[in-house]
Amino acid sequence: MASPTTNIPADDAAPEDLGTVRRQTAVYVYEAPVRIWHWVNAAAILILCLTGYFIGSPPPSMQIGEAVEQFVFGYIRFAHFAAGMVLTIGFLGRIYWAFVGNHHARQLFYVPFWRVDYWREVWFEISWYLFLAREPKKYVGHNPLAQLAMFFFITLGVSFMIVTGLALYAEGAQEGSLTHDLFGWVLGLVWNSQRLHTLHHLGMWWIVIFMIVHIYVAIREDIMSRQSIVSTMISGTRVFKDDKED
Amino acid sequence: MSQIETFYEVMRRQGITRRSFMKYCALTASALGLGPAFVPKIAHAMETKPRTPVIWVNGLECTCCSESFIRGAHPLAKDVVLSMISLDYSHTLMAAAGHAAEAALEETIQKYKGNYILAVEGNPPLNEDGMFCIVGGKPFVEQLKHAAQHAKAVISWGACASYGCVQAAAPNPTRATPVHKVITDKPIIKVPGCPPIAEVMTGVITYMLTFDRLPELDRQGRPAMFYGQRIHDKCYRRPHFDAGQFVEHWDDENARKGYCLYKMGCKGPTTYNACSTVRWNEGTSFPIQSGHGCIGCSEDGFWDQGSFYDRLTNIKQFGIEANADQVGMAAAGVVGGAVAVHAAISALKRAQKKTQEKAEG
Repeated sequence: MASPTTNIPADDAAPEDLGTVRRQTAVYVYEAPVRIWHWVNAAAILILCLTGYFIGSPPPSMQIGEAVEQFVFGYIRFAHFAAGMVLTIGFLGRIYWAFVGNHHARQLFYVPFWRVDYWREVWFEISWYLFLAREPKKYVGHNPLAQLAMFFFITLGVSFMIVTGLALYAEGAQEGSLTHDLFGWVLGLVWNSQRLHTLHHLGMWWIVIFMIVHIYVAIREDIMSRQSIVSTMISGTRVFKDDKED
Repeated sequence: MSQIETFYEVMRRQGITRRSFMKYCALTASALGLGPAFVPKIAHAMETKPRTPVIWVNGLECTCCSESFIRGAHPLAKDVVLSMISLDYSHTLMAAAGHAAEAALEETIQKYKGNYILAVEGNPPLNEDGMFCIVGGKPFVEQLKHAAQHAKAVISWGACASYGCVQAAAPNPTRATPVHKVITDKPIIKVPGCPPIAEVMTGVITYMLTFDRLPELDRQGRPAMFYGQRIHDKCYRRPHFDAGQFVEHWDDENARKGYCLYKMGCKGPTTYNACSTVRWNEGTSFPIQSGHGCIGCSEDGFWDQGSFYDRLTNIKQFGIEANADQVGMAAAGVVGGAVAVHAAISALKRAQKKTQEKAEG
């Protein structure tokens, strides 16, 4: 680290600042559709968790008027279904983008299971989080551990929630509806709808746990790692803080 | 087969008027969701077709299915049923007993080979070679397999035969097993419920006679006409559900006003049955109408879905009884705590590194 300069110029760019600027490199990682999906998905998940919790444990009874004039629980369920549909369409769009977008857009959907060097990198990331590694490595896309987490929590987790969610929706839509034709088989798999409700409910907590870890790690990495994290999901650009080799 | 009399002949012999007979046909047609044009078809079938012999066997059960059956809404229904079913063999209703009864069963099987319907009330326990249920000196499972061998179709009456019911609830010490897991080579119609509604039971048999085929079944093998919709979808308290007006305690004002029983653990939203449309005891009422939530008795494993009075099921797989929220909150709490600790260590490490770097210059 350079020693502090006493003469800071008017444009606030000290010579050592300019030195850092020259050393910085940036890569365009997340294209606009990926970024938009991320935030739409985040908003949908937030709404789904809140309304979903209330569907399991409804708020206290409200006496606004006669039952015909009041639709409190109906609106909660409507918000849940609407957000669920947004999540579903968004996820389908995201899968489409995995095909037509850049190669970073594909990382979410697979784990390079048979590659030894991949698992070595995963182990390195674990050691970084266990405070065993002194210096973090640079990663352009998701780091290998993040890729693993994303795959299990988001790709599998959200798929599970979409399938079970639409199966529950199909119950209300009833036999003969499109959702029932497409997802009624799920109920045929678990038989008792109460079981399906419980599985869907546990799935919510799976996603909540992901949210806690994801937000923490994103902020932590933004501060402690050698690249930008949070702003990358806004601008799409991964900025590296140094130009040293790994 | 021509020597077998028709249903109509049996009914007339029992002193039932033609007028009552036509009433029965009309009632059954509407119960099956058929138009008025089908009334004469049902009547015609009843008048001309030889009656279908039915053998009614009982395994592990409580006889609530039989009790429900003989309380059909229309007084004729029970007569139809009783004459329909070959009373040569039905534990609860037949006059014979002992060796004579067992001989009668054998005779019926031989006489109507491949043409009778086997109605099963209850289920066979399989542990200890089936010794937990003995019929005529032999394990029930043997009688069931023997009777099913030459049956045209099998009807599983009630939750016992369809899913196992209370005797199959965890830990199921006798290994009570639903019929469809023992008899795998015959068409099986499940008519679950504890007990099933009488009109549903007579409706299913009448449909099979009139159209000479099994009714349309859903994915679990239940007649779609009665089990195609949830109690919730046709519940008269549904507006209170949508409004968010719930009974909070059994003795509160909301209970008196007849609000939705969702918070009291009503299983209406997860139960497929015709209670909220056909109702019980000549259309008098059904559980929700009398102020108690649905317990989901026509669903698979309904005894193992936690308390009847909890909305969220208790999950015992985690060692202690907890619902999805308690499990999830505990997990989220642990992860949240771990994150906080990790963040604190991270901050310390970072501060340490900075001081070090400063010292190194």
